[in-house]
Amino acid sequence: MDLHYSKEYLDFEKEVKAFCKKYDGVTFTDASKNPLASLSSKKKKIQVTRSEWQKILIEQGYFARAVPKEYGGYGGEPDILKSRIIATEFSKAKTPAPMGGQGIDMLVPTLLEMGTQEQKEKYIKPTLHGEMIWCQGYSEPNAGSDLAALQTKGELIDGEWVINGQKIWTSTAQYSQMMFCLVRTEPEAQKHAGISYLLIPMDSEGIEVRPLVDMTMKAGFNEVFFTDVKIPETNIVGKRGEGWAVANATLGHERGSLAPPDAIMNRLNMLIDLMKQEKLDGKPLIEHSIYRDRLMKIQGKIMASQSHALRLLSAKLNPGQDVKVGKMIQKLVGTELRHELEGLAIDVMGEIGVLYEDSPHLRDKGSWQFIYMYFLGLIIGGGTSQIQKNIISERGLGLPKEPKVQGAQ
Amino acid sequence: MYFGLSEDQIFFQDNIKRFLEENSSVDILRKIAADDRTFAKDIHDGIVNLGINGLLVPEEFGGLGLDILFAAAISESLGYGAGATPFVGSYVMAPIAIIDGGSDKQKQNYLTNVASNEVKFGVGFSALTGARDDSEIQIKGNKISGRSLFVLDYEYATHFMISDINGCIGVIDAQANGIDLVELKTIDRTRNVCELILKNVDFEILEQTKNSKNTAEKVIDAGRIMLAADSLGAAQNMINKAVDYAKERKQFGRAIGSFQAVKHMCAEMVAELEPCYALIWHAAHAQKHMPNEARLMACQAKSHLSDVTKEVAKKSTEVHGGMGFTDLLGLHYWFKRIGLNRQLLGTPERVREEAALLQLN
Ligand SMILES: Cc1cc2nc3c(=O)[nH]c(=O)nc-3n(C[C@H](O)[C@H](O)[C@H](O)COP(=O)(O)OP(=O)(O)OC[C@H]3O[C@@H](n4cnc5c(N)ncnc54)[C@H](O)[C@@H]3O)c2cc1C
Repeated sequence: MDLHYSKEYLDFEKEVKAFCKKYDGVTFTDASKNPLASLSSKKKKIQVTRSEWQKILIEQGYFARAVPKEYGGYGGEPDILKSRIIATEFSKAKTPAPMGGQGIDMLVPTLLEMGTQEQKEKYIKPTLHGEMIWCQGYSEPNAGSDLAALQTKGELIDGEWVINGQKIWTSTAQYSQMMFCLVRTEPEAQKHAGISYLLIPMDSEGIEVRPLVDMTMKAGFNEVFFTDVKIPETNIVGKRGEGWAVANATLGHERGSLAPPDAIMNRLNMLIDLMKQEKLDGKPLIEHSIYRDRLMKIQGKIMASQSHALRLLSAKLNPGQDVKVGKMIQKLVGTELRHELEGLAIDVMGEIGVLYEDSPHLRDKGSWQFIYMYFLGLIIGGGTSQIQKNIISERGLGLPKEPKVQGAQ
Repeated sequence: MYFGLSEDQIFFQDNIKRFLEENSSVDILRKIAADDRTFAKDIHDGIVNLGINGLLVPEEFGGLGLDILFAAAISESLGYGAGATPFVGSYVMAPIAIIDGGSDKQKQNYLTNVASNEVKFGVGFSALTGARDDSEIQIKGNKISGRSLFVLDYEYATHFMISDINGCIGVIDAQANGIDLVELKTIDRTRNVCELILKNVDFEILEQTKNSKNTAEKVIDAGRIMLAADSLGAAQNMINKAVDYAKERKQFGRAIGSFQAVKHMCAEMVAELEPCYALIWHAAHAQKHMPNEARLMACQAKSHLSDVTKEVAKKSTEVHGGMGFTDLLGLHYWFKRIGLNRQLLGTPERVREEAALLQLN
């Protein structure tokens, strides 16, 4: 066990701290209404656009660190410890994190790994700069957990892909310029072998986006309909019929990004403050032993997951360490734990905890309820908790697969 | 940066696991549970031969001079193999108390003998971690009276180390006048506990603990981490057994591990237990290197592991069906080990309350 940083990293930590101080209270002129985004700061000092912020971070090497300069990144060596230091210090100082989202977290790594030169040059830079928003067109009405059952059809006609069908649950489709999409291009092939990974401009003729309001009462996702949508033949990542493998690479990236460990620590600290301030029958909640016990209980779980994140980090730095199952549990544990934490805050506040929108007596802009519900979405999205348990038990523990129903593919 | 056990630590763990695999089969555990203590003595001697008694004793006193993380790694492997040997009290809590709270003379006197295995401590701290049945300890000058319940590792003890409610710690000779030792029977027969009824017994107070609770707190923190690590090992063993069984046992013409209800129980156990490794290591590491967080992490490790492993003990038994409930399979020896660890040195609720108070003040 050695948790010390060498001088290089201690210096780097200082540098990041200084950066955070310089930009203390930075706000965005184009901030979204999403309570998750607007929580970061109350003081108004430096004002920038989201995209300007991305560029500042890239210039410092605090974001897109290992992405080559020619594609709009910083062009440095990947450095896991530095990334960790950045995340920790930003989180501590409440400095706004770089933009995430499916384009940045999923598409960019995929293109870096499997994209053509032309695709890398065209898409990575604007995506990193927050100027090109992507959505993920995987799920369909009849293909959710069983994603490979998808039926949206792509035919190559006269050098163009012609796409027909429907996607659903497509997050941010209504704001997106592009979609990375799974489409069945080889109808004769076996289920998983008939899929291709296509890049579709959202302003193409024949695309209709219909927003779907989710339980938070925001339109977080959409239905997307395709009627004879035409895109160039070259807008494919990987080869025809290899889309499943390409998509699996990106799903791996998504699972890593759904439940960042620093965020939950901040929320736990917020909850502790809340319990010191909020009163029940005139007495601060922190002094009510039953609520206090629940707080301590979840603190124990969060501490375990924080330590576990360090172990996973260490395994990246020290290739001998075996954390196969340890990685597989992250999506399940991370999303469930966060949902539980937000739910505890609601219980602590009681009736106050169910106030919403712009109600009088509302606390913290209603963020506890919002995130509580939002994380139920994340428990379902990106592979449900049940699917995660299948993965852990089958691939992690080697338990036998469910026998296939006769006739099912 | 490296977060994990060292090669040495893993090597030591493997030695203990292998020894217990070879010498402590379920048949042997059954004999021990039926009060055939010669088998327990053999296991104890074998484990001592591997060097656990001098683990924490500084090298200048003839020990190995290792740290709490090392001890936690060993505790985990003892839990894994349900090792029927004193450990937490004799070889972790007692040496730490003397190292931290003893005078030079006391260190010289006791630590050297712990390292040479001539002195073995039974340890009674329940006055501090939760007094039951109105038990109480009074210290007057160099005499101690009262009752100490759930004294750990008493079986081979040549001395007892007792703390009163203020964290004043001292040593009594097991042969001294005025000691009435009452054996207690818990569900777990791999480690035995007793009650000491003391009447005006000669008591040698550890020098630095007369007016300070600090040493007692360190001792309890370390003890809690050991119990948590023991439960971690025991729970991992139970999961492994459940997963193996789920692959072999067939019902309705297929392995029960292909039923999702079973599969998901296994996945849930792993998802809960896996992060506990890191928590234990981190908490143990903190005892030496992160003084500000040491106490909180020890409390949280103890209470969190108590909860997670209780659930693992239940689910892994269920995976085995009726077989899980039998003495034939003997899964219950680990179930009971986890059950005892959970209550010793502070129940989860009590330990969480301590954790809360640490942060409020
Ligand atoms: C907030 C949110 C955002 C999303 N964003 C996107 C997006 O941007 N792009 C996109 O493509 N998709 C997105 N999704 C879709 C998401 O990936 C699917 O909802 C998810 O994979 C589940 O599919 P389903 O909704 O069809 O549910 P179903 O697959 O019908 O599942 C229903 C229930 O059955 C269970 N179940 C199904 N199969 C099994 C099995 N083999 N074993 C055990 N239980 C099973 C599930 O666990 C669940 O409880 C999003 C979903 C949510 C909630």
